[in-house]
Amino acid sequence: MAAIAEQVSTTELRPAAAGRNPWALAWRRLRSNRIALAALGLFILIVVVCLAAPLYAHDLAHIGNPLSPNLNGTTVANGKVVPIMQEGGGILHLGETPIGPTWSLGHYFLGADGLGRDVASLVLYGGRASLQIGLASAVICCVVATVFALIAGFFGGLTDTILSRIMDIVWSFPVILLAICIATVLLTQPNGVKVGFLTIYATSLWVPTFIIALIYVPYVYRPVRGQVLSVVQKEFVEASIAQGASNFRLIFSEILPNVISTVIVLLPLITATNILTESALSYLSVGVQPPNVSWGTIIADGQDLLYTRPWVSLAPGIMIVLTVLALNVLGDGVRDALDPRAKLRVK
Amino acid sequence: MTDDPGTHMAVLQDGPEIAAGQVLLRAERLKKYFPIKHGVLLQREVARVHAVDDVSFELRAGETLGLVGESGCGKSTLARCISRIYEVTSGTLTFEGKDITNYSRRKLRPVRRDLQMVFQDPYASLNPRKRIGAIIADPMRIHHVGDRAQIRDRVLELLEVVGLSAEHVNRYPHEFSGGQRQRIGVARALALRPKLVIADEPVSALDVSIRAQVINLLDDLQDDLGLTYIFIAHDLGVVRHVSDRIAVMYLGKIVEISPAEELYERPVHPYTEALLSAVPVPDPDLSAARQQIVLEGDVPSPISPPSGCRFHPRCRYATDICKTEEPQLTLRGSVGHLAACHHPLSVGARPPESAAAAVTGQ
Repeated sequence: MAAIAEQVSTTELRPAAAGRNPWALAWRRLRSNRIALAALGLFILIVVVCLAAPLYAHDLAHIGNPLSPNLNGTTVANGKVVPIMQEGGGILHLGETPIGPTWSLGHYFLGADGLGRDVASLVLYGGRASLQIGLASAVICCVVATVFALIAGFFGGLTDTILSRIMDIVWSFPVILLAICIATVLLTQPNGVKVGFLTIYATSLWVPTFIIALIYVPYVYRPVRGQVLSVVQKEFVEASIAQGASNFRLIFSEILPNVISTVIVLLPLITATNILTESALSYLSVGVQPPNVSWGTIIADGQDLLYTRPWVSLAPGIMIVLTVLALNVLGDGVRDALDPRAKLRVK
Repeated sequence: MTDDPGTHMAVLQDGPEIAAGQVLLRAERLKKYFPIKHGVLLQREVARVHAVDDVSFELRAGETLGLVGESGCGKSTLARCISRIYEVTSGTLTFEGKDITNYSRRKLRPVRRDLQMVFQDPYASLNPRKRIGAIIADPMRIHHVGDRAQIRDRVLELLEVVGLSAEHVNRYPHEFSGGQRQRIGVARALALRPKLVIADEPVSALDVSIRAQVINLLDDLQDDLGLTYIFIAHDLGVVRHVSDRIAVMYLGKIVEISPAEELYERPVHPYTEALLSAVPVPDPDLSAARQQIVLEGDVPSPISPPSGCRFHPRCRYATDICKTEEPQLTLRGSVGHLAACHHPLSVGARPPESAAAAVTGQ
């Protein structure tokens, strides 16, 4: 006994060795994956550039809001003051085209769209909306799906059946149709629809955010529920039950930390999908509503100018491609980092 | 170490002690059936797995009951019924004189402090996302025992008790070997100073070379802390070392229960005899000389167990009565030696072997 007591006191003086946290190990693996790091860098760059939109639009301040029409304005190209709408007048006649790219910062870098707005600033401001919707809906979607998956997988039985069938119903919904329905309802209510204490306006970015979040909940719910079902069977959960742990503790302290890696892997992939979906909805004018712009709405606006001024549609298109590509590559890297065995299996 | 039991457990001393030798746990006609369901919406119960079927035994404070049997005979299910991880189908479970069979989860919490489990698979029984310190502290946190500093001290103390060092507290399970992990499992089970520890095949998943270490650890801790054990294993060699009494299970039933040495010297049930003959002997000459009884066929399905004696399809002494009448656990030979068999061995009532041999082809 005395010997043990002595051992305790002597070892206590020694600092406890820091354990290698599984998350730290995963981060280290991710850091050594250059392609994934480059993708992460690219994504952060896109976010930062979009957030810095006002810096670019600063020079456009003389025309007021960079997102409002500017049919009569002028700009400077090659040291000369030129009208934004070529070939005269204030109204866009047939044969009239907006100014093309000047390639000079602050002066219609990528040219103007059909309303005389600066495409570059549109792309930057539109990126803010697209990224915000993509990220926010991905986070909402993952949180909701994880909570449902934990409840369904943990309690099983009837709870699981009911939740899973609800997910099946959501899954079977055509996303575009749902968005059209909701957008139509909201657009016919100029003062917004009151839901409890909330008033939802048709122009709010939260409308497409929630539509997209709702649609993709089953895509996250399915794999996470499967994961929960397998973790629930593990002996450490039984050990915790045998100790008298509450359901809350079992779910959030024992099970959640073991399924969260699946959610983290899905997060960038879902974000990418959501950005694509947002663009598709906005292109069909049931996503982001004017006066807001997003990459999708810019593409739709540029459609008419595709032959004469392709940059209007190309610029936001390229941004979407880059963002989605970066997120997908990052997602792959994150998956390899969190589950190194999965990569070995593929090889 | 034996003169001063449990001094280093003083932090958690509480409750009246049950004197050694008194009944700590009593299981009466314990049954656990798992329903097999079919159908999509209206799930009909089509069959039941008779995992534990009518098991009764008593456990006295301070003793070790070894529980042996083949895989799938219901040992682990019985353990999980006793620790109330599973709800029992019927029967009663009495712990320290209280009938805990139908206790609600809330009411069960104080009981759980006295009743802990060590699990079979050291790789699955520790949460891979938690530090060792947190894993061992969990039981104390769940039961709100001690403040932060006390819990920390206790964790370090427990690590020492099971032969790990205090510097391991911040490590994660993946940084330990199987034997070390099992020690962590033992430390967790001891955290609340339980009275009964159910060890569910604590060494089956371990390398042979470290089995003895873990068994000796459990043995030493029993002496030091006055623990009562239910020790589950699937071979008799392992339990022999630690057990005072041994219960042999076959297909959800206890077929023989006896003081340990008695069981090894005079097995009464033919199944026990077969199990004993399968224990490896570390002497080649003796091993060759010994007759090994090979049981024919597989364990029958627990969904529809055989009629009468459940062992009769594989028993070389089986006669007609075995197929129709279920034998009850009855006293055979010396004190406390019970067996459920119509043709008990070692008590002179052995039937002519020829008839049976003709059936099994031996």
